[in-house]
Amino acid sequence: MEKYRIEPSKGMEFGLYSLGDHIPNPLTGERVSAEQRIKELIEASKLAEQAGIDVFGVGESHQTYFTTQAHTVVLGAIAQATSKIKITSSATVLSVSDPVRVYEDFSTIDLISGGRAEIVAGRGSRVGAYQLLGVDLQDYEEIFEEKLELLMKINEEESVTWQGEFRAPLQNAQILPQPKNGSLPIWRAVGGPPASAIKAGYMGIPMMLTTLGGPAINFKPSVDAYREAAERSGFDPATLPIATTSLFYVGDTTKEALQGMYPHINGGFQAIRGGGYPKQQFAQAPDTRDALMVGSTQEIIEKMLYQYELYGMQRFMAQVDFGGVPFEKIMKNIEIIGNDIIPAIKKYTAKS
Amino acid sequence: MKIVALAGSNVGSKTKTAMLKVTDILEHKYPQHEVTLLDLADYSLEFSDGRNYFEYDGDTKYVTETIMAADAIIIGTPTFQASIPATLKNIFDLLPVNAFRDKVVSNVVTAGTAKHYLMVEQQLKPILAYMKAHIVPTYVFIEEKDFLRKEIVNDDIHFRLDRLVEDTVLTVEAFEAIRKKKDEEYDF
Repeated sequence: MEKYRIEPSKGMEFGLYSLGDHIPNPLTGERVSAEQRIKELIEASKLAEQAGIDVFGVGESHQTYFTTQAHTVVLGAIAQATSKIKITSSATVLSVSDPVRVYEDFSTIDLISGGRAEIVAGRGSRVGAYQLLGVDLQDYEEIFEEKLELLMKINEEESVTWQGEFRAPLQNAQILPQPKNGSLPIWRAVGGPPASAIKAGYMGIPMMLTTLGGPAINFKPSVDAYREAAERSGFDPATLPIATTSLFYVGDTTKEALQGMYPHINGGFQAIRGGGYPKQQFAQAPDTRDALMVGSTQEIIEKMLYQYELYGMQRFMAQVDFGGVPFEKIMKNIEIIGNDIIPAIKKYTAKS
Repeated sequence: MKIVALAGSNVGSKTKTAMLKVTDILEHKYPQHEVTLLDLADYSLEFSDGRNYFEYDGDTKYVTETIMAADAIIIGTPTFQASIPATLKNIFDLLPVNAFRDKVVSNVVTAGTAKHYLMVEQQLKPILAYMKAHIVPTYVFIEEKDFLRKEIVNDDIHFRLDRLVEDTVLTVEAFEAIRKKKDEEYDF
């Protein structure tokens, strides 16, 4: 766990992440400018740090309704604006980038931040980036595996000699700058189903698993499959951290949380997936057993502890800004997370 | 209410003839509803490559967006090699998971022989159920012998199409009422 800068004795980490989505606020129909959205993200990272949140992540999506296509640049600004919160991508679409450039970027962010940078590498759940950046979707599977292997090799070795199908070979290449402590925590972003979790396990790479909603138990097979594959591949699962992620909205009461979140989750799904969030399903969400993090403070705490028992993860990442959530609501969520949720979670999960 | 009549093949005349009849019934019986006929023979569609449906251009975007905006879809399909044609399957592949949630889908099927009578039950309905459609249970099965020179000559088919159209519209109204009642129970 130390290799990934995780200290189980301090309890489960709580992080915030954003896709930098740029969707009109469904309640007003108004959309803030891209400039304001990005500045608010940087502001949110400062508030998150003050609230005692452990991690802040920004991801990339290359299409309409997003602003953080250049997520490494935004993470650089966050590195400068903060002093102790961990900084990660959520996720980096590695398939459309050169692993060497990705490593250079994140090593630099690591130096700017004093050793706080991490990479979460994924294939992207939207395919816009592939067309835009000239990557053939036919290679979707293979290109990612190859690039992730290279990224991990760069992280492990000072002088890299490598040959593959999708990039020019490297001959005793030094990838500079080096991160502050010689290596970066690199995670693999995994969608719900087990297939990708198994690949992460075989590689012996930490896994960030999306558990966006529906019964939490449905994601348990992915967690089990990951650890099983890691073990079969010769890794000790106890040394590999797991993070889970979910959409998140906390209110003073269940009703307030549901009323506060529904227009945003529904509008957000409509905009980026082309179909809204069914009310019937949303009405079930405050149940402890549902993975979607919506409810009163107490309900959220119970959900997180339930999931902790279920998955035994080391980190939970919350997406509080999806679907045009106005900044004052984001601030309120961060405040409740810091004041009430994190102390309760840490108390329960810290290993003395 | 928006109703789409979808003729699911890019060749042949029987399914199109049946769907023209369906459109005709809809327009006469329900002039207040918005009816769109999508005959796949008129459009040049891309094969699904994993994009969201609204990220395509041209015909592919138009056809999928029209379907996604509908309250009801009456699918007309011929029977090719004991199944639905590839053109129709491509439509399903282009649409998202749960594409037919809160939509009513009913079926009209044409075939060269009565041996294909259960094709809809065994192959089309499972797809529609997976995509969360409210499926109208009965469907209209029309054989080669029911057609003569691009006209339906069996009166029974006319009556059955009439009932299918009516069932489709009433099912939309029924599910709208159910949804409204449910939504009233939620205070968000």
